[in-house]
Amino acid sequence: MFGDYSFSDLGSIFVMQGFAGLILFSVFVLMALGLAIIFGQMGVINMAHGEFMILGAYVTWMTSTFFQAHLPALFSIYFFIAMILAFLACGALGMFVEWAMIRHLYKRPLDTLLATWGLSLILQQLYRTVFGAREVGVELPQWMMGSWQATDSIQIPINGMLVMAITLLITLAVAYILYFSSWGRQVRAVVQNRVMADAVGINTERVDRYTFGLGCGIAGVAGSAFTMIGSTGPTSGQLYIVDTFLVVVFGGAGSLAGTIASAFTISQARSTLEFFTSGSMAQVMTLLAVVIILMLRPQGLFALKVRK
Amino acid sequence: MLNIADFHVAYGQSEVLHGLNLSVAQNEIVAVMGRNGMGKTTLMKALMGILPTKQGSVTMNGNDITKLKSHERVAKGLAYVPQGRMIFSTMTVKENIETGLVVHGGSTVSPDIYELFPVLLEMKGRRGGNLSGGQQQQLAIARALATKPKVLLLDEPTEGIQPSIIREMARTLRRIRDERGLSIVVSEQVLSFALDVADRVLVVENGEIVHDEPRAAIDEAKVAKYLSV
Repeated sequence: MFGDYSFSDLGSIFVMQGFAGLILFSVFVLMALGLAIIFGQMGVINMAHGEFMILGAYVTWMTSTFFQAHLPALFSIYFFIAMILAFLACGALGMFVEWAMIRHLYKRPLDTLLATWGLSLILQQLYRTVFGAREVGVELPQWMMGSWQATDSIQIPINGMLVMAITLLITLAVAYILYFSSWGRQVRAVVQNRVMADAVGINTERVDRYTFGLGCGIAGVAGSAFTMIGSTGPTSGQLYIVDTFLVVVFGGAGSLAGTIASAFTISQARSTLEFFTSGSMAQVMTLLAVVIILMLRPQGLFALKVRK
Repeated sequence: MLNIADFHVAYGQSEVLHGLNLSVAQNEIVAVMGRNGMGKTTLMKALMGILPTKQGSVTMNGNDITKLKSHERVAKGLAYVPQGRMIFSTMTVKENIETGLVVHGGSTVSPDIYELFPVLLEMKGRRGGNLSGGQQQQLAIARALATKPKVLLLDEPTEGIQPSIIREMARTLRRIRDERGLSIVVSEQVLSFALDVADRVLVVENGEIVHDEPRAAIDEAKVAKYLSV
């Protein structure tokens, strides 16, 4: 499959596909971060995570339309405001969902699976009713369009670099919160042993609610980033949820570094293979590789080793 | 300080504690002894709010805590060192102790905790799960002390620990009591440890207190008979 390309062509292809993969990687990382935090914290598999992402995308779209209509002077910075709004909207919805639904189902993992799946259907229909079945696209401000010409044959899109920078920032912020703040210590203590965390004075219910909110909020930011690589429709989130689960499981649940490494591997493999074969072939090959690696290493890529 | 009245605890339909009455004075160390399956751990867990109380009440300093959640009980001054230690194994020693600070909103571990357990200061960057059993026990006690308790509950602290450290632990517990003026309730199977540490020894059998005597008056042979199978 490489035969028709010259050596320098191949180099450029790898760099550009690699970069396209990095944008996918950013969305995966943000989605998987949220999912991994929620799963690690309360053992809840949130099937509606993709819909939270799409909510973030719709919020971004609404913000952009609003700015275009009412504040055209500030249109160039709308994206950052949209991101914050997306985080807040998804976080608030997440906290509400945790309060209204998830907390009653903590001891029944299969039921949460069904319940969150039901929630995802409800949300999809809600989006269809409110925003219509047609996909919407976000208009980017001038400065975010175009690309940076690295060499004659390599072009790197500016919005892609921006998305990556945002992802990097959020990942660092989450890592800092989890590993260096008092709140992060509480989260990790609850993850390790919920009963004991309660018995040393940690309000586990509050930690659960905020963690769920944080996870969903990050999905909202992922949705903001997503508007740059795809158009937003009521069911767009579903396409990403399976891949995100793959990322979480492959990385080893509960390990931040593992999640990032696995998101990187999977998105790069997908993106590079997609160029040379077809999209579904790339998907199949990636899946096969992941399955084989997980058979050899069921605990995922990264897992902490301590005495039990 | 701690007052337990007509305390009933059940797992579903099967009742394990049938109306326990016990009061612990300030500064007192009480050892609860008994064979396996007689309800020691159940008592501890129910006092901590991990198991629900079926009937009866627990009061601390006159405040009813029977209906409170675990973390609310911690805020009221109850602390718990569980059987099997249950430290957070992937967190460092320092972080483990810091989890106990949350309830009162502090951010630094007070140095007197490290003074009690110098080995924890030495190992403060290590993961809790990589400590030895005796060190983990010290860590669990330190974590409980970080919550500034008035009553400390310890569930079989000597389980799986070598004899020389058991004696050391009895001394440490008395020292903690003397320095901080708190009450300690410790469940135990090792008679020598109970006699070393306690001011008062109780024996629980089939969910009831069958023996209650101060340390000075205790008849070792009689207690030993309760503990033998």
